[in-house]
Amino acid sequence: MPDRRTVSGYEYDGSFEGLLCCVFESFARKEQPLDIRAEGEAQFTLCPPRRIETSGERARRVALSIPRKICPEAAGWVRDGFLSCAPHKELLILEFLRKGYRAGPQIVRMLQDETVAELFRAAQFVGNEAHLLKGFLRFVERDGMLTAVIDPKNFVLPLIAPHFAGRLPGETFLIYDRSHGMALLHHRGKMQVFPADDIAFTPENEAEREYQRLWRQFYKTIAIEGRYNPKCRMTHCPKRYWQNMTELCGEISAPSDQNLLKNPADSGIMEEKKRRIPAGKVAAYDLHTESGRPRDSGAHAWSRAPEHQDGRRL
Amino acid sequence: MDLFEKLTILSDAAKYDAACTSSGVDRDGRPDGIGSAQACGICHSFSADGRCISLLKVLLSNACVYNCQYCVNRISNDAPRATFTARELADLTIQFYRRNYIEGLFLSSGILKNPDYTCEQMTEVLRILRQEYRFNGYIHVKAIPGADPLLIERMGMLADRMSVNIELPSEQSLTALAPNKKKGAILAPMRQIRDGITQSQTDIVRYRHAPRFAPAGQSTQMIIGATPETDFQILRLSEALYKKYSLKRVFFSAYMPVVESSLLPSLDTKPPLLREHRLYQADWLLRFYGFEAREILDEENPNFNPFLDPKCNWAIHHMEHFPVEVNTASYETLLRVPGIGVRSAKRIVAARRTGSLDLAALKKIGVVLKRAQYFITCRGKLPDAARLRSDNMIRAVLSDKAAAMLGLPQGEQLSLFHDPKMLTREDVLQCLTGEL
Repeated sequence: MPDRRTVSGYEYDGSFEGLLCCVFESFARKEQPLDIRAEGEAQFTLCPPRRIETSGERARRVALSIPRKICPEAAGWVRDGFLSCAPHKELLILEFLRKGYRAGPQIVRMLQDETVAELFRAAQFVGNEAHLLKGFLRFVERDGMLTAVIDPKNFVLPLIAPHFAGRLPGETFLIYDRSHGMALLHHRGKMQVFPADDIAFTPENEAEREYQRLWRQFYKTIAIEGRYNPKCRMTHCPKRYWQNMTELCGEISAPSDQNLLKNPADSGIMEEKKRRIPAGKVAAYDLHTESGRPRDSGAHAWSRAPEHQDGRRL
Repeated sequence: MDLFEKLTILSDAAKYDAACTSSGVDRDGRPDGIGSAQACGICHSFSADGRCISLLKVLLSNACVYNCQYCVNRISNDAPRATFTARELADLTIQFYRRNYIEGLFLSSGILKNPDYTCEQMTEVLRILRQEYRFNGYIHVKAIPGADPLLIERMGMLADRMSVNIELPSEQSLTALAPNKKKGAILAPMRQIRDGITQSQTDIVRYRHAPRFAPAGQSTQMIIGATPETDFQILRLSEALYKKYSLKRVFFSAYMPVVESSLLPSLDTKPPLLREHRLYQADWLLRFYGFEAREILDEENPNFNPFLDPKCNWAIHHMEHFPVEVNTASYETLLRVPGIGVRSAKRIVAARRTGSLDLAALKKIGVVLKRAQYFITCRGKLPDAARLRSDNMIRAVLSDKAAAMLGLPQGEQLSLFHDPKMLTREDVLQCLTGEL
């Protein structure tokens, strides 16, 4: 398109605000970057990318413009799309916003458009995975604290956090996202997300093992043999979630759950590419409740917290 | 008897209950309690039979004094018996819930001593959960037919969903197989629950904090295949239940032979899973697609076509309504196209407001065209595939399983020469419509 020139690429700090600043830059200078990358991600281009500094003011302007000039639903798509594992999601979001500012609120209905359909699919995948994990996540009690390990493809931690915090307000819990190297800690109504590479959990006690045994037994008993249908089970509960589920980890032909929980690095199941999140990304991610409203006061505490990583001592 | 054994016996006894849904109520957690509920429901696991596990589905007791022929827990059956104490079950529920194993409790029970006593015991579990633990999660409880209405009301105030199983699709079958259960005794609590829900909904409008009675509605279940009713009768019955009792769901449970009885199909009978599947498909057509039971089946064709799903079956018998133009057809009409469901129809209606749709656009929107392409036009044109391959339409709308049952080839081999052994469209059509 003649109204903007193509430039080599942008590099941002990996935060949502950083991406919004890239959007700002692209509009302000009337240019189309060939690529937008978070810092630290491998890139192989001849021309070095231009570094875009994150500015709260610019990010705020872009963030406000989306619900105002496009529609609140589009803002939700952008937010969820940013958490997705879609390749080149940054460019996708930029392209979507470009079309959105032009088309207005009807953009979210233009699913026949390639960009819109792609972002919609990405955002849906994030939402779906978050929903599944609300069910498939399993807590293990260790020294009075509930711990869970997940291996999602998308970075769903910010989406499932309000759910569990609302549901278990009196509990201290830690959810470790192994595939992104991030963890969420909830304690006395406060939440924080911090980068975590390898969390060594203390072994569970006798009572905990007994509840796991009861649950496995319930799981086994509740199935009706005459209706055995493993394919149907796999459709609804894909096998990649099984390794972290108390009742199903025994059914995959892989190391037992004990090994998995104690030392995830040795398990060999997570050979998949790690989807690391740069630390800054979480710092800047503004936690929203599922309905899209910003959470009130206390909950914001964690979104600014990664500098002091208290959680590790636990 | 320890907890492990009790749980084994009492979940084994409860597994034939089909419902395990945790949907219908949205409730945020409270800072002084535990638990929340989401209207869409959350599945926490899937058992080896592919059914969702959302709730801790157990009986309070399987020491039943009734003697229903089809039931494993009948008094004349020699099976181990167990009974939870209310405290035991409430504690177990909370411990499972904390670990995110479950979304809540599904409590049913055999009849201990008499219906009133059973009802009181079950209510006690609910009371401990709701009042002592301040549990906000989902509770589905079975109303006990024959219990005092006051007890049922108390239970409904603590539960999210209530259900009364109508057990069998007709009164004759009920009299024959469940001599202790009377149609009137089953319908009375259903009516009471319906009225309780309506009352509670009016109260909520007047007083914001009025206690809510079974906010997630009521459901029921019947056993399919143990008795001689036709699919049409069953479908008419469920339609009536939705209309008269405003049920949220009617569940069907394919009969699993668990006890030997001269009144029942023999023990080696296979559960009629396909029939159950077709009933659920038709049930969806009733609830979400604007169909009526009479359109899906009638007196001449009282049973489902095993090869085609009910919607497809309706469509090939009503080809005069097709093809429909995706750019102009109403939402209701789109819903009647085989292969287009609620989601696709909604997306089409939304997307076409921004520009007319062609086949490529439909694909991008996410509409699955495998079957739909034979029943639609885009901008007045039939999709190419449909035009070129209209002879294979029937094969295309059949599922692979159904095609295998009919002995049709899997997939399609491209050939320059006509294969005389291939069934013609007319053959298959006749076969499907039952003329052959």
